[in-house]
Amino acid sequence: MIKRFLALLLLFGIGAIFITLLLGYTPDTELNLTARYYADHTAQDLGAANIITAIIVTYRGLDTLGEVTVLFLTAAIVGLVLAHNRQHSGAGQRELPPSGELLTTGSRLLVPLILLLGVYIFINGHLTPGGGFQGGAVIASAILLILLTEPTKRFSHRLIAALESISGLFFVVIGVFGIFLAGGFLDNRILPTGTVGALFSAGAIPIIYSFVGLKVGAEFSSMLANLSETEEP
Amino acid sequence: MALTISNIAMTAGFLLILIGLYGALTNRNILRMIVCFTVASTGVHVVLVAVGYLPGRTAPIMDAAVPVQEAAARIIDPVPQALVLTAIVIGVGITALMLAYAYKLYETKHTLDIGKYMELKW
Repeated sequence: MIKRFLALLLLFGIGAIFITLLLGYTPDTELNLTARYYADHTAQDLGAANIITAIIVTYRGLDTLGEVTVLFLTAAIVGLVLAHNRQHSGAGQRELPPSGELLTTGSRLLVPLILLLGVYIFINGHLTPGGGFQGGAVIASAILLILLTEPTKRFSHRLIAALESISGLFFVVIGVFGIFLAGGFLDNRILPTGTVGALFSAGAIPIIYSFVGLKVGAEFSSMLANLSETEEP
Repeated sequence: MALTISNIAMTAGFLLILIGLYGALTNRNILRMIVCFTVASTGVHVVLVAVGYLPGRTAPIMDAAVPVQEAAARIIDPVPQALVLTAIVIGVGITALMLAYAYKLYETKHTLDIGKYMELKW
């Protein structure tokens, strides 16, 4: 009882802070300096139609590299933490009831379409509200559907790891090309920027984002595979 | 306080943060606490996106409706959206880590009740 009271007291305090913030908030009517720079220069300098993608892949590309590294670290730690009981629970799999006809047929129909949608989302990341992270998550959802249909299915960890490291390596290599051929690390102008709105535009952004998509998809899939391979102890 | 879109969204975001924190503080089950943390982080995302919203403007993607020359006058602030994209991805990673650790805890004690874990209690 006293614990619940203390929790409520704490929440009232935080709520009071939030209410003061909310009452004192007036939305801007103009873009601030940073946002204005991005709005004015993205199209001419980088040729990307989606300004958010331009910020993530080029202006703040180094941060995205860090973000992808954090994600890789998470996938690695999930694998490490759950690795132990994979060894001694491999043999004694318990029998699972077969998944229904609807789920089996539905997943056979939907998995290729979901994979295609994921690829579409990360290839068009510089044109539409999408990108590597979203596309990668969509690809991992196809893997999740396969796992729902067939919970005992095992994916090749070597294949997932190879896909992940190769796309990570290409991401960095394209970034290093930017140092020699353009303005700096992860500069997208190593390829012609083209016309804004075309599929082949924005220099290296679609290529980098495709690799990010593959990498994120592989990392999420490895997390899902690791979580599904844990068995009741 | 006017009832504008950004005010509604911000209130909803703050409420989500409070709901998530309340759940995380009062629930005893580790899985429920993890769900509450994801609710709270969703609230933070909603607040951040609401801060970048400017009334009467549209998404920062240039197309036929938002010509390149008028971009600065027509789009909302792209920076919070880029930040939230990063935050969502990291949030997924943290949730996966919490679930993996919860599984490990269950494996050692065969319970998910946080009250049964006395090692850090004094």
